[in-house]
Amino acid sequence: MGISCARPTGGPVGEPAEEKNEDTATVEKEVRPMVSVGKKAPDFTAPAYHKGEFTSVQLSDFLGKWVILCFYPGDFTFV
Amino acid sequence: MSVDSMFVHKMWNDKELSKMVDGGVPFPMLSDAGGKVGRVYGVYDEDAGVENRGRFLIDPDGVIQGFEVLTPPVGRNVAETIRQIQAFQLVRESAGAEATPSGWKPGKMTLKPGPDLVGKVWEVWKTDMARD
Repeated sequence: MGISCARPTGGPVGEPAEEKNEDTATVEKEVRPMVSVGKKAPDFTAPAYHKGEFTSVQLSDFLGKWVILCFYPGDFTFV
Repeated sequence: MSVDSMFVHKMWNDKELSKMVDGGVPFPMLSDAGGKVGRVYGVYDEDAGVENRGRFLIDPDGVIQGFEVLTPPVGRNVAETIRQIQAFQLVRESAGAEATPSGWKPGKMTLKPGPDLVGKVWEVWKTDMARD
């Protein structure tokens, strides 16, 4: 992956969440969480740092393996 | 995954985490600038602009089998996460023939759901097994 000063970003992959009716303009701007147990994990790509290299990771590349996906508040936080 | 850039991930790994873990973090540290993925997973805190402590177990078919979301000040229990994966793996390998009761860990008995077990769990499973 090319490295520059711009922050690389990833994002959800695949179909966007279903559009809401026009009279729900405020709801429309939200990204609706699409996760529940027993349902497919939403696919995404994300820039990554792994063993000294900058790389890109796509969740669906790990099909066939168990995955633990962890979110945390931020680097250099304490817990 | 956090909203930090991969450059900050590198600094955190190289300057601090590699002092806790030999060789540094063994798995990819993912960047989610803007919280786009975190929003989809329901863990992004819009007010704080960061992601809560969410942990998702995803099986080989890409299906979420479990998740836990904590607010920032309380850390996870890695042993419990591993126990859950071991339980889900056992259930998956049994193709649904076995289930792991409360307090199950590797080596402890499983339940075989079926007509003969209905109303009879009390005979084979005791409440203290939930806690040991």
